[in-house]
Amino acid sequence: MSPMLQGIVTIVLGVGGCVMYFWLSNIILDKVIFPVRGPNPGRNINRANLVRPWLFLMPALLALGLYLMYPVVGSFIRSLYNRSGDEFVGFGNYSTMFADDGFQTAFLNNFLWILFVPAASTFFGLLVAQLTDQLKWGNIAKSLIFMPMAISFVGASLIWKFVYANDADIGLINAMRDYFGAGPIDVLQIGFWNNFFLMVILVWIQTGFAMVILSGALRGIPEETIEAAIIDGANPFQVFFKIKVPQIIGTITVVWTTITILVLKVFDIVYTMTGGNFGTDILPSYMMAYMFRDDGRATAVAFVIMLIVLPVMIWNIRQARAEMR
Amino acid sequence: MDNIAGSRPALRWVTQISVILLVLIWLLPTVGLLVSSFRDRDQISQSGWWMSPFAVVQNFGVKIDAGTATSTADQFTITGNIFEEAGSEVIRFGGSRAAPTEFKAGDTADLTRNRSLTVQIDGSFVYTSPEEITRDPTVYFSLASPPEFSLENYETIMTSSNMDRAFINTLTVTIPATIIPILIAAFAAYALAWMDFAGRGLIIAIVVGLLVVPLQLALVPLLQFHNKIGIGQSFLGIWMAHTGFGLPLAIYLLRNYMVGLPRDIIESAKVDGATDFQVFIKIVLPLSFPALASFAIFQFLWTWNDLLVAKVFLPSNSESWVMTVKIADDLLGSRGGDWGILAAAAFVSIAVPLIVFFTMQRYLVRGLLAGSVK
Repeated sequence: MSPMLQGIVTIVLGVGGCVMYFWLSNIILDKVIFPVRGPNPGRNINRANLVRPWLFLMPALLALGLYLMYPVVGSFIRSLYNRSGDEFVGFGNYSTMFADDGFQTAFLNNFLWILFVPAASTFFGLLVAQLTDQLKWGNIAKSLIFMPMAISFVGASLIWKFVYANDADIGLINAMRDYFGAGPIDVLQIGFWNNFFLMVILVWIQTGFAMVILSGALRGIPEETIEAAIIDGANPFQVFFKIKVPQIIGTITVVWTTITILVLKVFDIVYTMTGGNFGTDILPSYMMAYMFRDDGRATAVAFVIMLIVLPVMIWNIRQARAEMR
Repeated sequence: MDNIAGSRPALRWVTQISVILLVLIWLLPTVGLLVSSFRDRDQISQSGWWMSPFAVVQNFGVKIDAGTATSTADQFTITGNIFEEAGSEVIRFGGSRAAPTEFKAGDTADLTRNRSLTVQIDGSFVYTSPEEITRDPTVYFSLASPPEFSLENYETIMTSSNMDRAFINTLTVTIPATIIPILIAAFAAYALAWMDFAGRGLIIAIVVGLLVVPLQLALVPLLQFHNKIGIGQSFLGIWMAHTGFGLPLAIYLLRNYMVGLPRDIIESAKVDGATDFQVFIKIVLPLSFPALASFAIFQFLWTWNDLLVAKVFLPSNSESWVMTVKIADDLLGSRGGDWGILAAAAFVSIAVPLIVFFTMQRYLVRGLLAGSVK
């Protein structure tokens, strides 16, 4: 069966199956198990309503449990076993990994990514959001800067491979160097700084995201506060830094953390641009180098990523709980 | 609203110019890719895409036939035209491989062994030698070839490189992986928004926590699980994986939206005797369309653009490659220097997301705002 046909069958079965499940389970609950007719309909209705939420939630809970909660435990357990998975090695994978030069490079690079990408994306996002606010063609400008969000990391990497190409007739960077009389250079092979050339790609993609959210937040600022500041003689920069930024600092934090989390997951850019060579490895790409070869090591890397994300996770949950109350 | 650009004209100009600059920086890389994808391989290597509207100067060399030489008392002469058909213009020419563009068209070049060569702009040449010309001499010349744009790269990539197969595979992965989580999440979101039961707060907290779980954790255990239950690396497996990975965001977005629906409508429907199931299908689902649309766009873009999940959960043979894998694992290696082909392939893979993006941007923005701003 061709994948296409298989896909159509899956849509029909999947969607149909889901609808049937929800519909049938509700019917069975209302008509068979707790019928409204019979000796005590009132008690039955209450009981049915106690069960119903779980009918609605069941498929989602199963999928979440299997595809996201079980892996946290499963990966941790797997990381305690050796390469082939038949011998318990305790934290052996972790200790050999921490001693590995490749891991240390990846870890440090990832740290650079976490410092640079969220900061730069948020900065440019805020800048564009503020600058376009007043322009007549602001929405078009925003739309164009937002566009890279739709492009895959692989596609974006290819786009930037052109910009970085080591040839003055293909790459913009080398064309500019050529114009000023400097010789061609392969920016992806300059030690240390090549990391930043890779980060630029993610900043290029994520600035649009930051811009959209910060622009929404800027619009939500009460006008009275700004008017009051202007009447008191504040100049535009003071209005921006002393009145606006403090009021949207919460949103800035959300944007910053969201991009930080993303940075820890993106392996595509490094994989496509350098394959982790020239000292550009980061944790996700380091992990993929071990995937299929040494699952013990791969899961250990994944668990390290999980540990880095953990504080954000806890913070998110606390925020959500505070909101519910 | 008064702003940073306030009422000062100078500041206003600075604003305009900086936005134009920013937009250009953001746009140029993509434009470069698009332009390059329509250019001919030789032209790409001769001039940058930013020069593509102008003619490209290219060097050529032709052998001229020594047999057509005429002889007078003291010299042998070959005449003719280096062009087979008229229309091109010679810019420079030369008589040796080492200096192929030494002389301007119209000049007379003195070559080694007392030979001389004159090439006119229209291509006609006179080649003279004091001795008999035994080997066919080569005339080198440069001419401006006009810019050429064609769909050739796209044809190559779609017909000979299996990109069409990869395109269909991407589509096959994307559509079920977008539709199925929406349905599952909508029911769950309704329960979390409008039904009262013990443990609701806990489940919401779990969903929020799962939003940030790194995908990397799921790869090894789930692949093992799929192998154990006999799914292995297959389309079914990747659909299930994408469904699971997309659910937290789906539930979170949809619940946030559904909570905001007017309470009166839902309660009066219940008073009229509607069950939760009916309320959900007939009232909540249609009203939630904007939220459903924005999640659908997210999930579509995410699954279409994904490389990681496809690499792990799909078989690694070329039959099942999606476009991202095809580009990253195959084309970049086998066609590494063929920029036109790479550009065309990249553009094929980003065209559909771009169309979705520009037509549905409203919903995407709304979804982002609902998902992040509190």
